[in-house]
Amino acid sequence: MIPTLLGVLILLPILGFLANGSIAFFGKRAEGDGATTARHPLVTLIGPGVILAAFGVAVALFLDMQRAPEQALHIVRYGQWMPVGNLVIDWSLQLDQLSILMVLVITGVGSLIHLFSIGYMRDDASYARYFAYLNLFVAFMLVLVLGASYPVLFVGWEGVGLASYLLIGFWFSDKANAEAGKKAFVVNRVGDFGFLVAMFLIWVTTQKLDFIGAHAALGAMAGTPVVLAIALFLFIGCAGKSAQLPLYIWLPDAMAGPTPVSALIHAATMVTAGVYLVARAAPIFSGAPEASLVITAVGALTALFAATIALRQWDIKKVLAYSTVSQLGYMFVGVGSGAYTAGVFHLVTHAFFKALLFLGAGSVIHAMHHAYHHTHRDEDPQDLRNMGGLAKYMPATAVAMTLATLAIAGIPPLAGFFSKDEILASVFARAHGSPLASASLLGIPGSTVLYGAYAVGVLTALLTAIYMTRMLLLAFYGSNRTGEAEQEMLHEAPTIMTAPVLVLGALTVVGGWLNLPALIPLGPVGLLEHWLEPVVGSSASRLAGAGHLDHRTETILVAVAITVAVVGIVIALLRYRKPIADKAHSPVDESVLARAYHVDGLVDAIIVRPISAFANIVLTRGVETGIDRAFSAGGSMLSRTAALVGSKLQDGDVGKYAWLLAAGALALLAALTLS
Amino acid sequence: MNGFYEFQFYLFSLLAIASALLFVTRKNPVPAALWLVNVMFALAGLYVMLDAPFVGVIQVLVYAGAIMVVFVFVVMLLNLGRSGISDIRSLGSRLGAGAVGLALLANLLVVQRQRIPRVALAPEIDNVVEGVAASLFTDYLVAFELTSLVLLVAIIGAVLLAKKRVRL
Amino acid sequence: MISEALIVSAILFVIGVVGVLTRRNAIILFMCAELMLNAVNLSFVALAKMHNVTGHVFVVMVMTIAAAEAAVGLAILISVYRHFGTVDLSSLRTLRG
Repeated sequence: MIPTLLGVLILLPILGFLANGSIAFFGKRAEGDGATTARHPLVTLIGPGVILAAFGVAVALFLDMQRAPEQALHIVRYGQWMPVGNLVIDWSLQLDQLSILMVLVITGVGSLIHLFSIGYMRDDASYARYFAYLNLFVAFMLVLVLGASYPVLFVGWEGVGLASYLLIGFWFSDKANAEAGKKAFVVNRVGDFGFLVAMFLIWVTTQKLDFIGAHAALGAMAGTPVVLAIALFLFIGCAGKSAQLPLYIWLPDAMAGPTPVSALIHAATMVTAGVYLVARAAPIFSGAPEASLVITAVGALTALFAATIALRQWDIKKVLAYSTVSQLGYMFVGVGSGAYTAGVFHLVTHAFFKALLFLGAGSVIHAMHHAYHHTHRDEDPQDLRNMGGLAKYMPATAVAMTLATLAIAGIPPLAGFFSKDEILASVFARAHGSPLASASLLGIPGSTVLYGAYAVGVLTALLTAIYMTRMLLLAFYGSNRTGEAEQEMLHEAPTIMTAPVLVLGALTVVGGWLNLPALIPLGPVGLLEHWLEPVVGSSASRLAGAGHLDHRTETILVAVAITVAVVGIVIALLRYRKPIADKAHSPVDESVLARAYHVDGLVDAIIVRPISAFANIVLTRGVETGIDRAFSAGGSMLSRTAALVGSKLQDGDVGKYAWLLAAGALALLAALTLS
Repeated sequence: MNGFYEFQFYLFSLLAIASALLFVTRKNPVPAALWLVNVMFALAGLYVMLDAPFVGVIQVLVYAGAIMVVFVFVVMLLNLGRSGISDIRSLGSRLGAGAVGLALLANLLVVQRQRIPRVALAPEIDNVVEGVAASLFTDYLVAFELTSLVLLVAIIGAVLLAKKRVRL
Repeated sequence: MISEALIVSAILFVIGVVGVLTRRNAIILFMCAELMLNAVNLSFVALAKMHNVTGHVFVVMVMTIAAAEAAVGLAILISVYRHFGTVDLSSLRTLRG
């Protein structure tokens, strides 16, 4: 039963991709303006349909697992992939508590986003191609979270990178979009290098690449330098895929793709693959406390760094992009400090409210775009300075966005509060008395790192509250800056787009119930913790050690968190109350934050230009001169020289011939005598 | 008997070498040709002393008597005996040629010493002509026929080549 | 006697080679070639004393071929003389590579 269901689960999006891809490839090309002929009813049926069906299958699998929790772990082998010597890699999928959770998130949030896309991409000429790529992405993402071994996971890993590239550069006729796609792919590659090295190390050390076998072997080697190396290289891979410092630079650029893509790939699912990997490889990371400290530190720094940039972004999607980077940092703080459940919990709640935020932004952009299109004004529909007071025109979206903003800021009892608070509490708890605290990172004691991470986390929470409220205020409240003529066209998005947003809103409200802390008795405690216990429990307790929070400390921490959130919101309310000018009348924001610390410029100058120059030299001097000339001209030069020498020899002078004859005969005889 | 034989052998050898040297150094082709004839006579003598009377005789008859005669004919025909300018190459060429020659000689002598084994002499044959004929017309019959073909071709070729072009 | 004959043969051959390298007159060149052939004949005859009568047969062959070669070569020489007016090799250079 389970093997078939698993197979069906993976097959559904693949079939969707093939079907939509065929329609995209072979179907009638839409006309120039692509107004109404673009949408193909079959695509609308298949595209979201397969994902909804996959969600249904996932629910069925989940219920099946619930019925018999002791036998929840299933490893299904679908065939042999690479038998090479004593390395045998199979196509195996592993169904356990962690992977089914990820599958539910992917297919659930994914199907909502697919439904949203029906409305958003209605007028796009490449409608079928869009759904084909989206299905492809879901297929690979499922392979990633369901893979039973590192190579299979890597197939999914690379596949989602490919899908991301295809979707970021979806409107590739604009060169900037294609460049953004390339950037994402190349930066990901850097991370993939780390992943591959880690895989090689795992193989060399344990001769196993499947999760169960490799983790058992590596768990026994905890504390050795090899495990530390593997953990660090795996983290490099995670940093690339999940946009941590310094490999985050592709995520803001990835906003060039359609907004539902940003919601699905760059908020809810693909970027969380790194967090999933750390949770999956928990036995490795828990056996390398220094690596875990590195992850915590990097996560904290990334969270703070991105939050500061988001304070001065004017493009609504860029604000959300940097917010995603920041929240991912939180997740890594969680899984880095051994609180795997907390990190995954934040992953789930973040999927809910970030997807909501992106989809809501999509509705807004959709409406703004229509408005400007109607009045033939060439203004930026994504700039916050051109928005304002949209709550009047889009009430449902505004309510949902407000809820999401409060959630991400960390206001109880919304989902974000519980997950963020749990991460911070876990870090604080482990800062005293755990193996992490006793370890040291480059001479800094672990407890310092963890307390520091906590402090940074709190500061970032403050900043998050500020910039998210700012975004909300500038977009939805206050006076409208779009223009008199456009206001007629501003209206709520069609139901197909608003409904998923509202569903996500509901999830944002109740999502916290997935893992209530013992402190706040609102319902069943720690559901997620219990669910994930068989997978990450032992690793988590290994790193937690004796770190434990007493009741009083925990209450103080919660109070701090809530206070910080409220303070942040108030600051933003006070700061952004005054009306501002629209984009056309505003000066160009040249501040360091608005320019994201000029990181892109630095990367270009330090890395891209030298490599380009070097490649140019290799190409012109090396290949063109060396190889091309050597082969084409060189060949002819050789013949010409030979011919010249030959013609000098054959000038008709018989005397010379006689000389050559004599010399030749002499040489032969000499060879004879001397041999 | 042996002593006299040796003396004669050396005499003929010396004659051959001296004549060859003189042949090579004459400016005028006519005396050069005649010195070559002398070389051939001396060689014929050596052949007879080496128990090859048949070869010696045909050397005189064919080589000296026919081939060299043709050479002298051609020299006369082309009136080449009167040229005043020497055709011998410069001193540099002569010295170089000398060097090459000496090197070649050294090589040949070494090869002769190394490679030619000292085996017993073959038994003397009574009638050499008979022996040659027997070998020529049985073992080497094909070669014999082919050489006759070559001669035929040479005759035709020579006649055609030397013919004066008839202006019509 | 055989080794002495072989030495004489070598000397005569080398004299022929030197002659070819030193002279420019085509007829003299031909005659030097004849000298070389004779030297080889002497070798054959000397070695025939050591082995069997095949050496003599070869001498007959050599002589025949020498005759044919002389005939044709001299005929060509006559044509050349008629065309170019000289038999000096250094001026006969039309066959350039």
